[in-house]
Amino acid sequence: MNAKHDITLAINGEAYAISVEARRTLADAIREECGQTGTHLGCEHGVCGTCTVIVDGAPVRSCLMFAVQCDGASIRTVEGLADGGEPHPLQRAFMEHHALQCGFCTPGFLMLAVAVLERDPDIGDEDLLDILSSNLCRCTGYANIVKAVRAAAAEMRQC
Amino acid sequence: MKPAAFSYHAPETIAEAVAILAEVAPEDGRVLAGGQSLVPTMAFRLARPAHLVDINGVEGLDRLVLDGDELSIGACVRHAAFHRPVVEGCLGPLLSSVARHIGHYPIRQRGTFCGSLAQADPASEWCLAAVTLGATMTAMSVRGSRQIRARDFFEGIMTTALADDELLTEARLAIPPSDTRFGFAEFNRVAGGFAIAMVLAAFRLEDGVITEPRLGVGGVEERPRRIAEAEAALEGRAPGAEAFRAAADAAAGAVDPMEDINTSAGYRRDLVATLAFRALEQAGRALEQAGA
Ligand SMILES: Cc1cc2nc3c(=O)[nH]c(=O)nc-3n(C[C@H](O)[C@H](O)[C@H](O)COP(=O)(O)OP(=O)(O)OC[C@H]3O[C@@H](n4cnc5c(N)ncnc54)[C@H](O)[C@@H]3O)c2cc1C
Ligand code: FES
Ligand code: FES
Repeated sequence: MNAKHDITLAINGEAYAISVEARRTLADAIREECGQTGTHLGCEHGVCGTCTVIVDGAPVRSCLMFAVQCDGASIRTVEGLADGGEPHPLQRAFMEHHALQCGFCTPGFLMLAVAVLERDPDIGDEDLLDILSSNLCRCTGYANIVKAVRAAAAEMRQC
Repeated sequence: MKPAAFSYHAPETIAEAVAILAEVAPEDGRVLAGGQSLVPTMAFRLARPAHLVDINGVEGLDRLVLDGDELSIGACVRHAAFHRPVVEGCLGPLLSSVARHIGHYPIRQRGTFCGSLAQADPASEWCLAAVTLGATMTAMSVRGSRQIRARDFFEGIMTTALADDELLTEARLAIPPSDTRFGFAEFNRVAGGFAIAMVLAAFRLEDGVITEPRLGVGGVEERPRRIAEAEAALEGRAPGAEAFRAAADAAAGAVDPMEDINTSAGYRRDLVATLAFRALEQAGRALEQAGA
């Protein structure tokens, strides 16, 4: 039951060979075994969305997957967004539009929005709002998050 | 909290999966599909299964195909597969509009149609759809395979006719006649929350009057069901506010609503009347748009 599984997680293009119990969630493995602490944990039961990462192209709650299920999968976290010292357009838009205060929810919102805009750059406003309602923020009141994502969407469409 | 320890199994074929299930089911071994209900339950330590049989790598379970006059939905087909209509005609758009009410977008990337049926939450949209549209479930075990009709499948809150060692391999939805009109209405207090009540309505028209009415209510009683009294109030009537109101009132009168800390039985009953009327109106509007 407590047997360890040897697995490899490819996080932001880098391979991490780790050994975890089956009960280790993907979120905990990313943070503890792989040392990538940009992914946050709020509720640990699927409600808040701050643990959102992109697994094989899909934005998912990393607290609701076990790390063993992701052996060999391609995982993207907030650490992979910036290009060297250059922030991702969404990160820049979050700064410009004051879309964060404490910043606890920010990694989840960024990964959710990145995944969705990459999949569907022309997404309609109503659909975008519906998708952003997936995650919780206790500080901003959401209005600036929505503004930032809309602005980044417009910028990402141009390039 | 963190889930308790368990042994992990990752079969690659259905035969392997049911063989492992037969072995581990007596020790609370369970199927892991999308994990969007099971993992939170394990995090709360409300469930402490000793074994999990992960079916995500099982060949063929992600099949979503039109098979004769039925839509076959394999055990690993995610909620998100229904975001865009999966079949031509009236059923595809109906399933899309229902899918959008299930949790949130990231939940729908992992959670499965069949997992929802196996979970049998009274407020599950797919359970209501299965009952109202008349789905048939295929259950497999080392003892063989059997078909279970939706009305026999849901036994109560989070209780189904599946035995512990049975794998639900697919659900089959009958494709309704192409001129069937649908409406779906649900109420909840927060975005992405579970429904407090929901109604799925469908009917056809023959010579200007309603035929083959179906009206299913979910989230109100311990399991979703069709309300015969409401269907009787629609049969043979001209579509319109009068018939819809009669059916909505009949539905509200026929249900025996659950109560919880936020929601009284009376409140749920009122919601049934309102949502039934809205769902029927929506189906009526679908008629106008089709120029019928
Ligand atoms: C924040 C949040 C909001 C949600 N909101 C909604 C909502 O509004 N409406 C709604 O309907 N659901 C909602 N859900 C639940 C979600 O839809 C789940 O995906 C679904 O209930 C279960 O499907 P799953 O594939 O994730 O199953 P799992 O969590 O993997 O399994 C659930 C149960 O079913 C069993 N099981 C699963 N598949 C099979 C199978 N093929 N054969 C036999 N047994 C099986 C498992 O052993 C387990 O006991 C929500 C979840 C979260 C976290
Ligand atoms: S920590 Fe995963 S959803 Fe809250
Ligand atoms: S910025 Fe504090 S929770 Fe969102």
